[in-house]
Amino acid sequence: MLTERVRSVTPAPPHRGSAIRDVPLPDTAHDPVTFSVQRLSAWFGQQQVLRDVSIEIPGRQVTAIIGPSGCGKSTFIRCLNRMHELVPAARRSGRVLLEGEDIHARTVDPVLLRRRVGMVFQKPNPFPTMSIRDNVLAGLRLTRQLRRSKADAVVERALRQAALWEEVSDRLAQPGIGLSGGQQQRLCIARSLAVEPDVLLMDEPCSALDPIATARIEDLIHALRDEYTIVIVTHNMQQAARVSQRTVFLLMGELVEHGETDQLFTAPRDRRTEDYITGKFG
Amino acid sequence: MKATRHTDRAYESDLIQLRERLLLMAGRVEDMISRAIKALEQRDAVLARRTIITDRRVNRDEMEIDESCLIILAKRQPMASDLRFIALALKMVVDLERIGDLAVNICERVVDLAERPPLAPYPDIPQMADLVRGMLRDAVDAFVDHDDAKAQSVIDRDDLVDQLYHHTFREILHAMVEAQGHSGVERGIQLQSVCKYLERMADHITNLAEQVIFMVQGKDIRHAGKLDVRGT
Repeated sequence: MLTERVRSVTPAPPHRGSAIRDVPLPDTAHDPVTFSVQRLSAWFGQQQVLRDVSIEIPGRQVTAIIGPSGCGKSTFIRCLNRMHELVPAARRSGRVLLEGEDIHARTVDPVLLRRRVGMVFQKPNPFPTMSIRDNVLAGLRLTRQLRRSKADAVVERALRQAALWEEVSDRLAQPGIGLSGGQQQRLCIARSLAVEPDVLLMDEPCSALDPIATARIEDLIHALRDEYTIVIVTHNMQQAARVSQRTVFLLMGELVEHGETDQLFTAPRDRRTEDYITGKFG
Repeated sequence: MKATRHTDRAYESDLIQLRERLLLMAGRVEDMISRAIKALEQRDAVLARRTIITDRRVNRDEMEIDESCLIILAKRQPMASDLRFIALALKMVVDLERIGDLAVNICERVVDLAERPPLAPYPDIPQMADLVRGMLRDAVDAFVDHDDAKAQSVIDRDDLVDQLYHHTFREILHAMVEAQGHSGVERGIQLQSVCKYLERMADHITNLAEQVIFMVQGKDIRHAGKLDVRGT
């Protein structure tokens, strides 16, 4: 039945070990909840953009964040890999646990956290002076040296995962900036995948792309969702309905409703969600 | 809570127009039932024939509403209650069109029966027709007012129509036996068919009411408790 589909939360396979501290975590290895967000609030200076948001984001699923402009969608996902704190005068309160571990703990290295929780931005942002190959390896080289044979394997694997290998394998030395918009976005996804993250955060990854390039990215999300936890911010509700298994609706920094995507888009529980997704918002 | 409108006024207008078309179609079908039963009671073959012609307009309504729904789906990709409304409209026209066809079937029997002497008076048939008409009116009102309680009351009344159908069916059977002759049996079968058509109309109206509940609550109540396939 359309509105009463029951889909059990697929338990996540054991993760690859904590990249935050680079040591395996003991008891949380089989925890199916990738993120546990507890009473998260965030500010830019005096302006509060997130208010007391608490939510569990399950592993190896796609979670879409929807809501009107300024509702705190991007800030929310930027809190998941501590990019929010890079903005001057930005602050937050509350806790974010990644497989049971507080990402704001003093022992956590934000650079290693961001390797484990990668991000793809609205506008494709390949490094303009780097080749396609070097763009893929850019994240890895921040933290380690690679042998050429190992680096070649990483490049091929990441580009294949990002469904780009067939299109660029004969021009890896050419600048990444020479690719089309859609290809550049997939190159950025390959760059994120090269560091073997557990989570991919996507901040409106298709908003600058044409329908064909968008379809490729959505197809890629389908291919990646069994292996990675994906959190995608999108203004396109049809896209959220197509690619995600769970959807979160934020309004003026507050979490209004979250649940199974099929249920939320056919029979939302909250009137505010109903008004937003049917286009009745002023 | 204050009713909200769609920000896109053209979309709002498309949905309002679709709703109005559905109401017009439902009104036409309700009128067809009334006229079919009036023709039966008054043995009026002319009225029956006129009513049969009205069905063409109902058929056209079905096609036009289907087309409107497809255009809205393609252009607007409706969500939530809008999506449920379009799904309802697509199913509602099928049931309304079938009810119209059943009214035509009654009229066809009336044309035949009007040429022969009456078998016996059957007060239960107009009573069934009144019930069916009331069910249709309430199902449509429930749709207009988003009234799931009223829709549920329509569903509950279906059992009453079924009881009346079985009762009337037996009564006509007795009359056929008493009439003792080929013509009596033939007229009896025609009248039993009329009852069956009314009973089928009530089933289609029950479908409508179930769809209204789905539109209002987002909850599918069809075949409640009857989907257990164990043992089949």
